[in-house]
Amino acid sequence: MAIFVDKDTRVLVQGITGKEGRFHAGQCRDYGTQVVGGVTPGKGGQEMEGTPVFNSVAEACRKTGANASMIVVPPPFAAEAILEAVDAELDLVVCITEGIPVMDMLRVKNGMAGRKTRLIGPNCPGIITPGACKIGIMPGPIHTPGGPVGVVSRSGTLTYEVVHQLTEQGLGQTTCLGIGGDPINGTNFIDCLAAFQDDPETKGVVMVGEIGGTAEEVAADWIAANMDKPVVGFIAGLTAPPGRRMGHAGAIVSGGKGTAAAKLAAMRKNGIHVCENLGDIGRVCREVFTGKTQ
Amino acid sequence: MKIHEYQAKELFNKAGIATPAAKVCKRKEEISNIVATMQMPLAVKAQVHAGGRGKGGGVVLATTTEEAETAANKILGMQLITKQTGKQGTRVNTILFEQGVKLAQELYLSMLIDREHGDIVIIGSRDGGMDIETVAEETPERIITVHVNPLLGLQGYQVRELIYGLQLQGDLAGSFAALIKKLFALFMEYDCSLVEINPLAVTEDNEIIPLDAKMDIDSNSLFRHPDILAMHDSSEEDELETAAASYGLNYIRLDGTIGSMVNGAGLAMATMDLIKQAGVEPANFLDVGGGASAEMVENGFRIIVSDPNVQAIFINIFGGILRCDTLAEGVVAAARKVGLSLPVVVRMEGTNVEKGREILAQSGLNLTSATDLRHAADLLAAI
Repeated sequence: MAIFVDKDTRVLVQGITGKEGRFHAGQCRDYGTQVVGGVTPGKGGQEMEGTPVFNSVAEACRKTGANASMIVVPPPFAAEAILEAVDAELDLVVCITEGIPVMDMLRVKNGMAGRKTRLIGPNCPGIITPGACKIGIMPGPIHTPGGPVGVVSRSGTLTYEVVHQLTEQGLGQTTCLGIGGDPINGTNFIDCLAAFQDDPETKGVVMVGEIGGTAEEVAADWIAANMDKPVVGFIAGLTAPPGRRMGHAGAIVSGGKGTAAAKLAAMRKNGIHVCENLGDIGRVCREVFTGKTQ
Repeated sequence: MKIHEYQAKELFNKAGIATPAAKVCKRKEEISNIVATMQMPLAVKAQVHAGGRGKGGGVVLATTTEEAETAANKILGMQLITKQTGKQGTRVNTILFEQGVKLAQELYLSMLIDREHGDIVIIGSRDGGMDIETVAEETPERIITVHVNPLLGLQGYQVRELIYGLQLQGDLAGSFAALIKKLFALFMEYDCSLVEINPLAVTEDNEIIPLDAKMDIDSNSLFRHPDILAMHDSSEEDELETAAASYGLNYIRLDGTIGSMVNGAGLAMATMDLIKQAGVEPANFLDVGGGASAEMVENGFRIIVSDPNVQAIFINIFGGILRCDTLAEGVVAAARKVGLSLPVVVRMEGTNVEKGREILAQSGLNLTSATDLRHAADLLAAI
């Protein structure tokens, strides 16, 4: 068991003929993901390293039975790529693209309401169920299959750091996913936490947040009311100056809202095991999830 | 991206929203000629991105031409210090002369993206001219909030909700309705993340006129707004930040002494925190991008060493797909190329990490490898 993706997930890559799309489609395939097709308008009928390319998502779905897609297209076209995947009724869309205009994502978010498709991202590393399916740009080898830890994060390389430390401590992962660093995204912390709570293989969750918005505070309240599995929390950006966008479009403290201190306080209040020092996260997870101090 | 008040008002005017008669001035020689063409009273306003201009002495209401000229000569070229600029302040390169209006009442109006609701929120208040966050905290009942679905657009009942909330009657209600519809269209057309009018003036002649205008435009959308891009004022930015941006690096200058270079924004923030937790202060945020190529590392070095406060550099690269030996070679080559003399702590993770550390150790440069983040923190504390 895992959440959202497993060995049966059949993946399309939208933007497979671009440099990034081609590289990461190959990396996913090498990891063992069923990459069943690619989509680039105008390049239908070609093959990309053995993977058939189609002109549209709908056509690709009909011909390959795909139920998920990874979007690696440039920002001006990414919102439309998401909508195309939603209209083709895919179960899951993972949007890697960074730099999509917020207004585009506002329209996509509202336009997707009531539809069956789950969106992960945009501006995210993707999702991986170690040993079974990787849809994203994360390095596969740092992960350890079999659980018991689920990881959900707003960041990319910071997630890799956390996963690496889990692996070093001998803690495997059920599923790891980044929900993205943009202000408007698809799947949120609570969606992931609820899925981890319902997944019998997941025994505990690491939640990696950062400054900006109030998603972590809202999630912390939800955890107290709905989860009985232990959660370890980390927040990046304790030293970030207010009013400055820290790389991610969503990582900004404005009007006194979205500070790391407020997020840590909300986590503590709701019984989440807070780790303040990134160098300690592996050790804290071992202690919380296994009860072993050495 | 922030634009200046006068630029925002130009966009307002284009959208059919009237603002007081105004003239922009960038040169002291032009001051008296401009003042001579305008009627008193006259507002002289520093055009800087930072808020709190009035309290910092960047806004003066002049009642005579002499006063206006004196104020303009003082403000243009001054180093304006406000609560948002820091101690060094920001240089005023442009001023705006604006016709004074006869104020009957000051309102507050803003629109912004609400990330939690996934919509656009419009905020109005009868307490214009004040700090809206204080109003919201102390008298939340005096704040009117309307959420607009971006697909449906601004609805009539939402406009009425604002009108009733602001207690506008007769002609004023009609003028406000016209203004807010134009403003919302402008917000959507220009991919705004914030439009704030504080105060929105009700004049003795029963007109509604924006006296101030703050506008932030989503940087991700600039590819479709060349007219906004042309408004970019690089003098408002730190020189190093502008230089870093030209290399495609994401750099923010801070006050500390430990420079850092990291791949990925989240990890870069966490690395700054780690530096602070080691008992030293971060000199910058620098995200060289997920891939971290040799060229990026070299440019990163150039930016970091340009900050005279930096005493040591911490490189934290989580390679993953990137090979550490390739990265180490890049670091060594870049350090040689820029003639780096500062001590550097390198923490990298990824394939071939041992070989990477060997390359650093044999380089003959002041490069120390950290085995993990805790070790890195100890090394930084020791510097």
